[in-house]
Amino acid sequence: MSDNLFQYLLRLGDDRLVLGHRLSEWCGHGPILEEDIALANIALDLIGQANLYLRIAGETEGKGRSEDDLAYFREAIDYRNVQIVELPRGDYAFTIVRQFCFDVFNYHVLEQLQSSKHAELAGIAAKGFKEARYHVRHSSEWVLRFGDGTEESHTRAQNALNELWRFTGEMFEADNVDRAMLADGIGADIEGIKPKWEAVVKDVFSRATLSVPNDPPAMTGGRRGRHTESLGHMLSEMQIVARSHPGAEW
Amino acid sequence: MKTANRDDILAILSEVKDPEIPVIDVVELGIVRDIVIDDNEVRVDITPTYSGCPAMQVIEREIVSTLQSHGFQNARVNTVYSPAWTTDWITPEAREKLRAYGIAPPTGRSDFGGIAELVSLRRARPTTECPFCGSANTIIKSEFGSTACKSIHYCNSCHQPFDYFKAF
Repeated sequence: MSDNLFQYLLRLGDDRLVLGHRLSEWCGHGPILEEDIALANIALDLIGQANLYLRIAGETEGKGRSEDDLAYFREAIDYRNVQIVELPRGDYAFTIVRQFCFDVFNYHVLEQLQSSKHAELAGIAAKGFKEARYHVRHSSEWVLRFGDGTEESHTRAQNALNELWRFTGEMFEADNVDRAMLADGIGADIEGIKPKWEAVVKDVFSRATLSVPNDPPAMTGGRRGRHTESLGHMLSEMQIVARSHPGAEW
Repeated sequence: MKTANRDDILAILSEVKDPEIPVIDVVELGIVRDIVIDDNEVRVDITPTYSGCPAMQVIEREIVSTLQSHGFQNARVNTVYSPAWTTDWITPEAREKLRAYGIAPPTGRSDFGGIAELVSLRRARPTTECPFCGSANTIIKSEFGSTACKSIHYCNSCHQPFDYFKAF
C-alpha cells in the first residue's frame, strides 16, 4: 500500500513540478507584462502544490528524503510525470494550449481528491482545486482568443494542438498504482475523468474554431520513467544549483 | 515557561503582520487555526493561504520569534492543510484596513460554479469597487497580480489602477 501511495504522490508532485518549471521559464519573457505575471503566478501555484505532494511522498517513503531531495536529486528516469508537461515551452500558443489541456485535467483530479480518505492529501487538493479554477479560466480565455483571433494566432494555436494532442491520452492511463489508490478511496478515477475532460476541451476548441486532430494518443511512458529527451535537459538546468552546492541554504 | 491563555497568545500573534500586506496581521487574515498551550510548549496551528505563497515561510519564522521575544521560548508552528483557507475567514476589520491601504477587499462568493462557467467568456464577473473612490465602474486587467492573492484592476472613474484581494 505505502509503495503505491508513494508512487501516486510522486506522480502528483512531478506533473506539477515539471509543468511549473516550464512555466517559470517565461518569467521575464512573456508577450505582455500581465501575461508574464500571470504565468509566474501559475508556476508558483503548481510548484507550491508539488512541494506539498513531494513532502508527503518523502514522509510516506520513510527513507528521510525531503521534498528538495526528491526534486533536485533524482534523475529523469526516476521522474513520474506525464510527457506532455515536460515538452519545451514552445511559443505562447503552445504554452497556453498545453496549459489548458493540463488545467482541465488538474481541475477534475483535484475536485475528486478533495474527498480522498488520505486527510492530508485531501486538504492539499482542496487548496489546489481553488487555484486550478483560476488556471482554467485563464488558459481557456486565451485558447478562445487565439483560436478565434487573427489568422496568425489561429495558425499557431492549431499547430500547437496538432503537436500536443497525441500526448494527452497518457494523462488518463490508469495502471495498478491508480487502480489500487482508487480502490482504497485515496486516488482519483482518471479513466472516469477522461470523458468529462474530452467534453470540456472539445467544446472550448470548437468555440475557438480549432480542429481536434484524429491522431490516436500515441505518446506514453512517463509514469514508468520513460521520457522525451527534453526532460533531462530541463532537469540539468533546474537541478544545477542544488547539485553544485549540496546542502546549501538560502 | 511563562503561563498564558489563548487570548494572551492571540494578542501576541496580532503583532505578526502579513509581510506582503503589512496593515493586516495573521489573526485577521484567518490563517491561525488553533493554539495549543501546555506546560512546556506553545503550538500555533496555521494553514497556508496559497500553495506556493512565499510569505508563509516568513510568517512561520515571525510567529516563532515574536512568541520567543515575549518569553515563550518553546514556540512552534504546525501547518494544517484541512480545511483549506478561504478569504471568507478574513475579518471585517481587516477588510476595511485593506481598503484603506488601497487594496479592494474580497467580495462575493469564493466559489465560482462549475467547469462550464469557468470556460465561458460570458460568465458573470462580479463588480469590484475601487478602493480609492468607491466607483463600481472598474475593469479587470488581469486575474494574476503582484502576489498570488491579488488581481489587477483599473478604475474608469478616478483613473487609478488598483489591486483586488481575490475571493478564494
